[in-house]
Amino acid sequence: MSTPVIEVKGLRKTYGPNAAVDGLDLTVNKGEIFGLLGPNGAGKTTTILLMLGLTEASEGEIRVLGHDPFREPLAVKQRVGYLPDAVGFYDNMTARENLAFMARLQDMPSSTAQMRIDEALLRVRLAHVADKRVATFSRGMRQRLGIADILVKGAELAILDEPTSGLDPQSTQELLDLIVKLASEGMTVVLSSHLLSMVQSICSRVALFNKGKIGLIGKVSDLAGEVLGGSYVIETVADGCDIAAVTRGIDGIGNVSMSNSGVVRIDATRDVRGEVAKAIVEAGGMLKQMSMDRSDLDEVYARYFERMDSYAA
Amino acid sequence: MQRKGSPFTGLASVAMKEAADHMTSPRMHLVMLLILLTALGSIYGALGEIKSTVSEDPFIFLRLLTTAKQPLPSFVTFLGFLLPLIGIALAFDGINGEYSRRTMSRILSQPIYRDALLAGKFLGGLLVIGICLVTLWLLITGMGILMLGLPPSGEEILRGLTFLLVSLAYAGVWLAISLFFSTVFKSPATAALAGLTLWMVFTLFWGMIAPLAASGIAPADPFNQMSIIHQAEVGQAIARISPNTLFNEATIAILNPQTRSLGLVFAYQMERAVMGMPLPFGQSALLIWPELSGLLAAMVVVYTAAYVTFQRQEIRA
Repeated sequence: MSTPVIEVKGLRKTYGPNAAVDGLDLTVNKGEIFGLLGPNGAGKTTTILLMLGLTEASEGEIRVLGHDPFREPLAVKQRVGYLPDAVGFYDNMTARENLAFMARLQDMPSSTAQMRIDEALLRVRLAHVADKRVATFSRGMRQRLGIADILVKGAELAILDEPTSGLDPQSTQELLDLIVKLASEGMTVVLSSHLLSMVQSICSRVALFNKGKIGLIGKVSDLAGEVLGGSYVIETVADGCDIAAVTRGIDGIGNVSMSNSGVVRIDATRDVRGEVAKAIVEAGGMLKQMSMDRSDLDEVYARYFERMDSYAA
Repeated sequence: MQRKGSPFTGLASVAMKEAADHMTSPRMHLVMLLILLTALGSIYGALGEIKSTVSEDPFIFLRLLTTAKQPLPSFVTFLGFLLPLIGIALAFDGINGEYSRRTMSRILSQPIYRDALLAGKFLGGLLVIGICLVTLWLLITGMGILMLGLPPSGEEILRGLTFLLVSLAYAGVWLAISLFFSTVFKSPATAALAGLTLWMVFTLFWGMIAPLAASGIAPADPFNQMSIIHQAEVGQAIARISPNTLFNEATIAILNPQTRSLGLVFAYQMERAVMGMPLPFGQSALLIWPELSGLLAAMVVVYTAAYVTFQRQEIRA
């Protein structure tokens, strides 16, 4: 099961004095949906370009499906599908023609290509506009056409760069469902994003990028534990009492702050929900809501980068 | 370490797609309409001139191409002026257009090398120009047969085909120049403007620049004949940097069989020559050999510059 599809060791890519990717180690296994996360300019796209052999690494080693993408790019690109950020098509050609041109570049016999194109267009629900010019397509349709491109290729590995950026929520969900379905059929998917909640819902593992390095790597739930570690955030709403005052005596409570919407945020070093609830009720307050969310990737992300910044400062 | 796989994978697919794009693009239709109109005008003028002169001429089909009737220039002059325009029109958005359409990274993520993309664009353009030139030549020849009532001779056809080859090489130079600009400049408009500027310099101003530069480099002393000759030779060498000069010289020599030399000729060299006698085809071909080689070399050099620039580019879109 765990055959490595991508292996990256000590990868570095420098542009002049700046390192876009600075010592990267990464393994992606077959059948995974792997998320590359990080703010803009963290080196995600550069890493992807390096995997495709479109840029030469300054140092380090990459293996994609057992090949070196820079020395044997054709062997790699024959089996890897790529959906670039804001994918473009030849606007004066129809959807079908666009796919057929790409198929010809892969040296695919035209009868096979015809069949696969029809099938792929059906799967991404673009069959009804197959013979319309791509110029008339919306952003979401273009992204789906990009996926169809990967399907026609029959790629074993799909690399998607910001696949959902600029899409409305419905198109995003559609695209994500499609990606999950592809992965369940055995395609390995690597996707980059800065939209965390989306990645969280579909990725089996994620890597957090920061300034060309991977800060954290692992399952979403594990990362949460690692980053948030001893810090717990409890959000609570209660009427009829001053939460800050009644919880003052409880051991382990740090900062207590109140937001405009009336939600009180309590930072603690351990799970103090029971005691807080008790304190509020005993003080005569009406406890309306209390929640603690540790597994939210957004939180992990925010915390992680806060920490990085404070180290830098 | 060497990369594996052939750089020509996908070349034919890219070239055919480019050619198909050009054939259906309004840009190409406009330029071709312009050329067809000028061709029609100049050939019609030439036919009138030829009919009015009664002297016998063994190369009447070549005269169709070179005869000018005031105020219209000859077809060849028109072509020398307009072929660069086709070259520029076909390639000025070749590479930067792929970036601005954001198709570059997608096409390069297919199992082809960059070589195939650039070469495919070049060959696709060249193919279209070749088809247009052949069509044009056949049209003109057909028109000649209808209006003159004579079939072209074997040598005329041979010279006509050589002329097509020279024209193709000439257009190829401009195609390569335009492709080069499209890799250097990120915006297609800038690339087109750069191409047109160079076109203006070479077609309009080079004829003025060359003698000026020559008199600066090799000043002529009125009392020293050798220095005058030297200046003329330097001037000619500078003029030949322009592909237009090479094209004009080559077409004159191949379409006017009487042409014996393209440089300075001294009286003693003409001794015992029968003036006005046409040269055989082989000799004319020898005469234009340096011009043709020069055009092909320019094409290769400029293409190589485009190739190197393109290979070093970061693919980010």
